[in-house]
Amino acid sequence: MPDAARKIRVQCHVNGRATEFDAYPMARLLDVLREQPGLTGTKEGCGEGECGACSVEIDGVLVNSCLVPVLQAEGASIRTIEGVADGDRLHAVQQAFITHGGAQCGICTPGMILAAVNLLARHPRPTEAQIREGLAGNLCRCTGYIKIFESVVEACRKTEQRA
Amino acid sequence: MRAYLPSYHLEAPRDLASALERMKHEPSAWKPFAGGTDLMVLLEAGKLPHRQYLSIWKLPELRGIDVGPDHVMIGALTTYTAVQAHETLEREFPLVCRAAAETGSIATQNRGTLGGNIANASPAADSPPALIVYDAELELISAAGTRWLAYRDFHTGYKQMKLRPDELIRRIRLARTTAVWKQHYRKVGTRRAQAISKVCFAGAARVENGRIADVRIALGSVAPTVVRAAQTERLLRGESPSRAVLQAAQVALAREIAPIDDMRSTARYRLRVAQNLLAEFFEILSS
Repeated sequence: MPDAARKIRVQCHVNGRATEFDAYPMARLLDVLREQPGLTGTKEGCGEGECGACSVEIDGVLVNSCLVPVLQAEGASIRTIEGVADGDRLHAVQQAFITHGGAQCGICTPGMILAAVNLLARHPRPTEAQIREGLAGNLCRCTGYIKIFESVVEACRKTEQRA
Repeated sequence: MRAYLPSYHLEAPRDLASALERMKHEPSAWKPFAGGTDLMVLLEAGKLPHRQYLSIWKLPELRGIDVGPDHVMIGALTTYTAVQAHETLEREFPLVCRAAAETGSIATQNRGTLGGNIANASPAADSPPALIVYDAELELISAAGTRWLAYRDFHTGYKQMKLRPDELIRRIRLARTTAVWKQHYRKVGTRRAQAISKVCFAGAARVENGRIADVRIALGSVAPTVVRAAQTERLLRGESPSRAVLQAAQVALAREIAPIDDMRSTARYRLRVAQNLLAEFFEILSS
């Protein structure tokens, strides 16, 4: 049996701020984000990459943070739900979730919003199929998805109006 | 988290050569860890038996897609997302792109890799049937050098493969010979997205003057490994797609696959669906 692993120091940026983590290399990014900077907006749902509740962006790429060992976050720019709003100004997707009832119990909401924000960054005018595909990795047991879907459509419309 | 984290080692070698040296000097001690979409699931469940991993995720030598005059070389760490975004793959190897799009969610496609899908050696993996249909070859690399293997001979049994403990999968080579073939890929799972397959079918055929001049068929989730339906192919070569030929091919297919009952489906259902997918492929060949 090999010796116990030592904790490592991981340097990265979280929501634009230089951050250091001290953690076992195989620790899940999900747990480290929640426990060290205390960013508890990222939720744990299934813990096996099926539900998307722990979605974050790493270098602009959507990932399930429960499946990322913290060692692989070295040097990365991470965005969590706490980094989506611009100060007090909510992102169009966040505002649309409020006005269209896209959130109910709230557990899936941070991941759902990150998946939607990430989708709109890749496809500013997504088709219906692209929205469904973009959110297919995020499970919600409350809304039945229709209101979430409508919220994303509304966010696109608002963003286009402003542009 | 059901795993005891201090018992897991994960190190990031600075380049491919250092990773291979490590694997040479401590054979079987270190296993590769790529995007983590399979291994982290086992870790969380407290079921990851091996303890020491080398993170190869950032090694540039294992990334990238190179298009040559006769072949396309796909780095083992190419993600499903990168596969789908590649124009030559989309144009000439649509089954690989289709498989990549059917694998997990966007977040999984961003982290999961073709090499990882191969080395995880699941008979239910989505990309191997497509790769086998294209007669993919694998380049395996170790400190001692490299060697090429036909992918269809790589998996030798359930979770068994011809990969030495000191070797990594470096790239996948596809010959650019099938672009004009008629091609079909279909994964059947419990739901449209995020499901593991009950049956997965990939087929490609060169049809000339209404006859099947050449054909390749591979299936997932119907045997201990992803399989090539060689007998069915032999029966089809030279034939015109007719109802009688289809029926004979469905009988041949039943003889060479070995579906089982498990948590995801039943042997009976899998056999029936595999035969139906062959019929669907036939419709495409006749159209």
